[in-house]
Amino acid sequence: MNLTLKIWRQAGPKAKGEMVTYPVTDISEDMSFLEMLDVLNEQLNARGEEPIAFDSDCREGICGMCGLMISGKAHGPEVTTTCQLHMRSFSDGDEITIEPWRADAFPVIKDLVVDRGSFDRIIQAGGFISANTGSAPEAHSVPVPKPKADRAFMAAACIGCGACVAACPNASGMLFMGAKITHLGELPQGQPERDARVVNMVSQHDHEGFGGCTNIGECSSACPKEIPLDVINQLNKDLRGALMRGE
Amino acid sequence: MTTTSTTPSSSVPGLVHGVYAEGEPIRDTKAPPGPIDRRWNTRKFEASLVNPANRRKLSVIIVGTGLAGGAAAATLGEAGYQVKSFCYQDSPRRAHSIAAQGGINAAKNYKEDGDSVYRLFYDTVKGGDYRSRESNVYRLAEVSTNIIDQCVAQGVPFAREYGGLLDNRSFGGVQVSRTFYARGQTGQQLLIGAYQALERQVAAGTVEMFSRHEMLEVVVVDGKARGIIARDLVTGEIETHLADAVVLASGGYGNVFYLSTNAMGSNVTATWRAHRKGAHFANPCYTQIHPTCIPVAGEHQSKLTLMSESLRNDGRIWVPKNAADCEKDPREIPEEDRDYYLERIYPSFGNLVPRDIASRQAKNVCDEGRGVGPKVGDFRRGVYLDFTDALKRMSAEAVAEKYGNLLDMYQRITGENPYEVPMRIYPAVHYTMGGLWVDYDLQSSIPGLFVTGEANFSDHGANRLGASALMQGLADGYFVLPHTIRDYLARGPFEKLEESHEAVVEARASVDARVQKFLSIKGDRSVDSFHKELGNIMWEFCGMERSEEGLLKAIDLIRGLRDEFWRNVKVLGAADTLNQSLEKAGRVADFLELGELMCIDALHRRESCGGHFRAESQTEDGEALRHDDEYAYVAAWEWGGQDGAPVLHKEDLVYEFVEMKQRSYK
Ligand SMILES: Cc1cc2nc3c(=O)[nH]c(=O)nc-3n(C[C@H](O)[C@H](O)[C@H](O)COP(=O)(O)OP(=O)(O)OC[C@H]3O[C@@H](n4cnc5c(N)ncnc54)[C@H](O)[C@@H]3O)c2cc1C
Ligand code: SF4
Ligand code: FES
Repeated sequence: MNLTLKIWRQAGPKAKGEMVTYPVTDISEDMSFLEMLDVLNEQLNARGEEPIAFDSDCREGICGMCGLMISGKAHGPEVTTTCQLHMRSFSDGDEITIEPWRADAFPVIKDLVVDRGSFDRIIQAGGFISANTGSAPEAHSVPVPKPKADRAFMAAACIGCGACVAACPNASGMLFMGAKITHLGELPQGQPERDARVVNMVSQHDHEGFGGCTNIGECSSACPKEIPLDVINQLNKDLRGALMRGE
Repeated sequence: MTTTSTTPSSSVPGLVHGVYAEGEPIRDTKAPPGPIDRRWNTRKFEASLVNPANRRKLSVIIVGTGLAGGAAAATLGEAGYQVKSFCYQDSPRRAHSIAAQGGINAAKNYKEDGDSVYRLFYDTVKGGDYRSRESNVYRLAEVSTNIIDQCVAQGVPFAREYGGLLDNRSFGGVQVSRTFYARGQTGQQLLIGAYQALERQVAAGTVEMFSRHEMLEVVVVDGKARGIIARDLVTGEIETHLADAVVLASGGYGNVFYLSTNAMGSNVTATWRAHRKGAHFANPCYTQIHPTCIPVAGEHQSKLTLMSESLRNDGRIWVPKNAADCEKDPREIPEEDRDYYLERIYPSFGNLVPRDIASRQAKNVCDEGRGVGPKVGDFRRGVYLDFTDALKRMSAEAVAEKYGNLLDMYQRITGENPYEVPMRIYPAVHYTMGGLWVDYDLQSSIPGLFVTGEANFSDHGANRLGASALMQGLADGYFVLPHTIRDYLARGPFEKLEESHEAVVEARASVDARVQKFLSIKGDRSVDSFHKELGNIMWEFCGMERSEEGLLKAIDLIRGLRDEFWRNVKVLGAADTLNQSLEKAGRVADFLELGELMCIDALHRRESCGGHFRAESQTEDGEALRHDDEYAYVAAWEWGGQDGAPVLHKEDLVYEFVEMKQRSYK
């Protein structure tokens, strides 16, 4: 198929960016979206134009490195990551716009590449259980009810891609953060630090310039791992409880 | 076996096969003697201690934030050392350990099915086709149980039973259930555990994190590893980082084949640069080719996707008996015209034969012209993995419950519905058993340079068992390296090193020069086109089946390609910004050197063992044939200089506890 791509080009963090139009031809529907961009980049390279910078690593939907706004949708039209999106989701003649994640907390580095270091800093603020190597008790000494273990797993499936932030009109990071709060909060091992965790993570989140949550739900619809909105309720509940307990 | 020497055209007289030299054997691996179950305790006890107050004066650089590097950085940070941690991704959480699906082994014996540390040790030595070290493997099995405790304490959400206890499954054809798992995302969950522990230390100030940084050189001063040169991938700045010891945990080099299940950025650069500075590279030809991957769809393919081998438990593998049927709709091919070749050749193991055997037989039937799916080059490269019987036996719901996420992934990638049409699979490069040579302390042949995880060669011999790479990464990172590196650091304080030291300046200048060189060649061909061509050579001649003739040819082809690369590669953009073509150029340049060494290693090992199948060394019915009398050793290669030949050092493998046998799955 033949397509018209409109792609955000920005030479560096401080440079002014613009949309540039690139026609591509002979795209097979078996290609992944990123392989289609690989083809374009090979053509640009051959013409002496600098290839378009975009992030990807595992290309199997698990590392969270990829992430593009595709015609206004985070990760494109399907519920999946950009790297797992295939060209059969498009039709001959389509015009596709491709932009980086847009959020104050994710500044653009170049073209389609953004800096998501703010997510790491939220985890540093409290997204962990303090258990030094070697100090752990025997694994079976603490049983975990299966429903709780399953819910923890569901929330732990977050890949840290940032689509939730990109999709949210407020650029809020609450779904990402709620997923971590829920993952660790469901487990007995996560209880001792539960109050401090939520207070510190939320404070870091606000400090990074993410917006607040106004219950729009775009985050969860864009999430490739289908993290449900109720992790945000969990977060709010934990936060209220922690503040009441004077944390 | 044939020994006719058709040496490559550019070979040097006086060398073995015209391509390598032989050096002194390696005599001491530093494993303590004595009963195998006491050795690790002995080593830990004998390792010197470092006073807590002195730890913060000692610094360690760790390249890699996968299970092996992330776990080590967190643990050394907790102990109070000054750690600098590096990864090329934008966050340490994205290291390729994240992609592991199946699970992690541990000898917990929670199922009371006869498992034990000794049995895990035994299975791993046997599974490695008797080409790994007993002492190392025993230690791995021994610390495996601590790993599970540690991960549970960190909040890793392993699968559980209704009673709240941990669930286990059997994996990779072993007869006990010792694999812990978190649905199909075990690697992700383990890595997030290590990542969170790491970030906790970043917050505590013991670990300094450098993401989007690529290590491009190791700094060796007075024979000891004292730092690295890294490029900040965002600003392009070439940085010098100095420390008292360096750890490489940079993962495997399967991307030398271009197509593999590795991540796009997986590379050999960190270990190869160290090799060029004196670290021996061991068994580079040992590669694992996984039988159940989604086949190549066309020329544009950028990577291959693994489908868990658990699918072989319920799916049946077949191809048409007649090449004429290969284009037909598989549903219209009657039962009597199908060849369930694994069930036919291996009636007792059937579809569950080990990975290397399943892979090679798939290649054989496709070479016969009976492959299915689209043609790639001259052949169809695919075999059916058919769930029709399972769907009849178990109902669609039950199949979905067990394999749903895998079948969905298949459909997303291929556009075909596996509940209706048999899936197509083909083997793909998945794991590299070879890596930098290390002693029992995980120290390479450069003092002060330690190597952990897939980047070293130590535990899997010629073939790795399923669910044991995650185990090794975490064993190395949490429980082994922190003890052995302590013994090294206890010799400190080390002499203060300035960035103006001659060796540091030289290392940095060489990196600068290389970056400038790539940008100045201004040739006609993209980096990717060289990488693809190298991948084709490796896959054809150093893939599932290797022969003397093919390997010699490959060596010639790689030399020619490397030569062209340095004359004709085209890298656009600048050195002082994010430049992904430049990053790739450095990686491919190193793969072009590694590829040759892999072929030389494969050429010299005139036996078949594990993932290494030499056409000249097979039994009458086509199975792999080892030659223990000649080849029961580790091949540790020393860099022979830019225009020289590599030098082989043999480390004999001595089996005191496990008896060597030929594998048989008939
Ligand atoms: C698809 C797939 C499925 C698998 N499934 C299983 C399984 O079920 N069970 C199992 O036991 N094993 C499995 N394996 C194997 C296992 O996942 C890996 O062997 C293991 O995770 C490797 O861990 P590592 O820490 O050594 O390296 P990695 O996790 O690959 O980490 C490498 C790190 O090094 C960094 N790095 C690399 N080069 C540089 C450089 N030059 N400069 C700076 N940083 C650098 C990277 O950024 C990264 O942080 C699987 C592998 C794959 C590919
Ligand atoms: S919650 Fe979903 S969208 Fe947000 S970072 Fe996690 S996986 Fe991505
Ligand atoms: S590249 Fe890893 S999730 Fe897309």
